[in-house]
Amino acid sequence: MSFPSSAIFHLLCTDDLACERDLRVLYSGLNFTVKAGELWHIKGRNGAGKTTLLRQLAGLHPVDTGKVLYPRHATKVIYIGHKLGLKEQLTADENLSWLAGLDGSSTQQQRYAALEKVGLRGYEENTVAQLSAGQKRRVALARLHLCKGNIWLLDEPFTSIDQQGIVDEQDWLNQHTLAGGAVLMTSHQEISLPQVKILDLSQYAPL
Amino acid sequence: MIKFMLAIVRRDILLVARQPAEMINPLVFFVLVVALFPLGVSPEASLLSEVAAGVIWVAAMLATLLSLELLFKLDHDDGSLEQLLLAPYPSWTLVLAKVFVHWLVSGLPLILISPLIATMLFLPTHAVPALMLSLLLGTPTLSLLGAIGAALVTGVRGGGMLLTLLILPLYVPVIIFGSSSVAAAAQGMAVDGYIALLAAMFVFALMITPWAAGSALKL
Repeated sequence: MSFPSSAIFHLLCTDDLACERDLRVLYSGLNFTVKAGELWHIKGRNGAGKTTLLRQLAGLHPVDTGKVLYPRHATKVIYIGHKLGLKEQLTADENLSWLAGLDGSSTQQQRYAALEKVGLRGYEENTVAQLSAGQKRRVALARLHLCKGNIWLLDEPFTSIDQQGIVDEQDWLNQHTLAGGAVLMTSHQEISLPQVKILDLSQYAPL
Repeated sequence: MIKFMLAIVRRDILLVARQPAEMINPLVFFVLVVALFPLGVSPEASLLSEVAAGVIWVAAMLATLLSLELLFKLDHDDGSLEQLLLAPYPSWTLVLAKVFVHWLVSGLPLILISPLIATMLFLPTHAVPALMLSLLLGTPTLSLLGAIGAALVTGVRGGGMLLTLLILPLYVPVIIFGSSSVAAAAQGMAVDGYIALLAAMFVFALMITPWAAGSALKL
């Protein structure tokens, strides 16, 4: 099935986006359009501005030059950054409960199902402080199965996840894009999916 | 929007319940400061009853200030503040919800224990209702005003001192009218005027500060 390349399928556009940090231009003249069903892999060396770009897209970092546009009205964005946004003293289930409660609601059954999908069955009532680094990231990623979002902005989602976990995660990314969602992510790993588009920030860095 | 605020309130109360020390610390501090006063100054009833109003109010203010630094800092450090700001609601709602829990945890216990503290300092019994009423109006004002400072120093390392310097000037009117109302009541004078002013400051803070702190959080 082929989609007509009309603007209806545009989920996110940038217009001449630039970023300056501490008097240093990280990137400038960034123009790209994210359509439904696309997975964008943002690449670049350390300090190239990958995280800052994701934060600008999410609206967490001020945009001084250029624009970030969400053409569709009902676009929901899920952002999972380096800091996972989990409370160490709360259990995995309680963390998912408040995160889902920010924009809707969830039942315990849904949360348990989401945790099972990320391989944390049996850890629902453990506090996050008791979990390993990889398991913590899995709790944060469980939100992707719980909350409905069109666009996923993921900053290094493979960090501290084991090899089988990375395979599973790529499968979720695949399913999300096939269902009409879009993903923008940073990673130093290669992503072996056919719909991957690469955005190399070093091409937009000043000479 | 109400649901969003309730979700934050429920989460923060749960967090406090998991770490009761957070709740007890300001209270212990408050009691200790007041308890040390008779030892340091003089245990004489006549002197203590005269300074009681001021001592209680200053101690309440310091106890509030002590817990303010962490108001947004913990959420900032673990990334949950980002998630709260990303929710599709204006940022003042999250400030209001967090300030409410802060007052519930640090302000309300002070009010409840204040009659006991008043007795310790020989404050006349007929001034106790005025003390509790002034604290009831004053402590939420302190929490609200403090939220602006807490929001401004959120990303700053060692922002505690900065917070104190920023917020203390704003606290001065609350302290003046708060302790004056108690002193007036102790002398058997009318307190309506003081209470009305404290109420006005509370309403003003309630309208302005959530918005200001919410904007500061986005910086």
